[in-house]
Amino acid sequence: MAYGIRLVVEGPFGLFTRPEMKVERVSYDVITPSAARGILEAIHWKPAIRWVIDRVHVLHPIRFQSIRRNEVGHKAPAGNIKRAMNRGDLEGLQLLVDEDRQQRSSTVLVNPAYVIEAHFELTPKAGADDTEGKHLDIFNRRAARGQCFHQPCLGTREFAAEFRLLAPNEALPKAIPETRDLGFMLWDIDHSAASRPSLFFRARLENGVMDVPGPDSAEIRR
Amino acid sequence: MTALSQRHDFVLVFEVTNGNPNGDPDAGNLPRMDPETGHGLVSDVSLKRKIRNYVDLARNGQDGHHIYVQEGAILNDQHRKAYRALRPGDAKVDKDAKLNPKDDAEANQLRDFMCANFFDVRTFGAVMSTGVNCGQVKGPVQITFASSVEPIMPAEISITRMAATNEAEKKQKADGDDSDERKENRTMGRKHIVPYGLYVAHGFISAKFAERTGFSNADLDLLTEALTNMFEHDRSAARGEMASRKLIVFRHENALGNAPAHKLFERVKIGRNIDGEFHSIDRRLDNLPPARKFEDYVVAIDRSDLPTGVEVLELL
Repeated sequence: MAYGIRLVVEGPFGLFTRPEMKVERVSYDVITPSAARGILEAIHWKPAIRWVIDRVHVLHPIRFQSIRRNEVGHKAPAGNIKRAMNRGDLEGLQLLVDEDRQQRSSTVLVNPAYVIEAHFELTPKAGADDTEGKHLDIFNRRAARGQCFHQPCLGTREFAAEFRLLAPNEALPKAIPETRDLGFMLWDIDHSAASRPSLFFRARLENGVMDVPGPDSAEIRR
Repeated sequence: MTALSQRHDFVLVFEVTNGNPNGDPDAGNLPRMDPETGHGLVSDVSLKRKIRNYVDLARNGQDGHHIYVQEGAILNDQHRKAYRALRPGDAKVDKDAKLNPKDDAEANQLRDFMCANFFDVRTFGAVMSTGVNCGQVKGPVQITFASSVEPIMPAEISITRMAATNEAEKKQKADGDDSDERKENRTMGRKHIVPYGLYVAHGFISAKFAERTGFSNADLDLLTEALTNMFEHDRSAARGEMASRKLIVFRHENALGNAPAHKLFERVKIGRNIDGEFHSIDRRLDNLPPARKFEDYVVAIDRSDLPTGVEVLELL
């Protein structure tokens, strides 16, 4: 893994929603590989590369809190927008939050902190000048300076993530001394699949460290 | 309009006096609290709601400043409906037909239309079910939960009303107790207030996302205007006195930013004011009387050796 990076991410709250409990959201115990990938992509990404998460170190004890919020019940219907465009006026194009109200609770992680170990691979979209060194340099430069495409988040956007690059020779912060089976966890979503795009793996915390199987591993189930 | 070209991070400091800044639907509308630390919370969506309401008031229906996620009915719509009723035959509003965009190009058109017309879609984004690619607009502005500087101590205030809601309630009272005439119709209610709380929210504005939605410098000005004034137009019996006290904006020279946001936020230090001196908040202050006004706090901004390319703007 010559092109690996290690990034410390943390924040006051995190919400990595379990797909089976997404109406009243309940977070996974640990950041999912897909959420970790999203954090890296918020710092640097190009179609020429694909981030692969290798390992996640859990630095703070796993604790939960419940937060209930008023939310809007529906998405914006595209048909209405199209009709308003054709008609040329905006009448009726709005969501009335008072009439379309849902109160939903979220069970969120308190003060999560992780080290994400990852590397990237070049995709078929990589051009002649997309060398691995170039993208690694860009990522390292941005992460070290605190630059990002958009501020990364711990699951949902209201829970912003702080990030800090670990230098190659810097020691890893200590993970929590905990070993537990995390059950089946979302690995990532295959956006090219027509149906059943969610991919899962059997997650296990071994002394605070979760190993993530690679993209072609047999451990990934659909 | 050209999109914003610089990344911004901001710190909003606001206060509440004898009011409930954000009720918790899970706790009978008690002020939101972090159950472990006792610090008060105000959710991101609560603050965004106030920004939307302010923009709606300040730019009432101006082109490009409509608000998509509305609270209550829109009067103009009602007016227009009246017109329609008066002039039938004019109306050619097709009501049926579920439509989905045919392809990505159309989905993009729909997205651009929404961004151009609606301030909140352009700023915070929106999920539009276009059926093609879920048509999500991620807005450039991201706001976190606001948390109070010190633990809050909500007080429960019982109040009475000198009337009954309905006949049955009146009767029940009359039958049930034989106390004096004057009290018979009384109902009791409850209010929860925070005597005083100073809250801090962090915000992020991504220049790269601004490019996608067309969020401009003028929009940024309107956003800061809203952050400054939004509580002035959100008076109600529940809120008490709320006000924005400080708005500190870190402007990066670079679109991607010149420093980590959390390092910049750490430069805003809030401590207690003891005889005009700054004291950081810790257990040694426990014998002090509780803070009851903004003057009990000191907001200090550390401007020493700022990272190059970062500018601190104190907008309030």
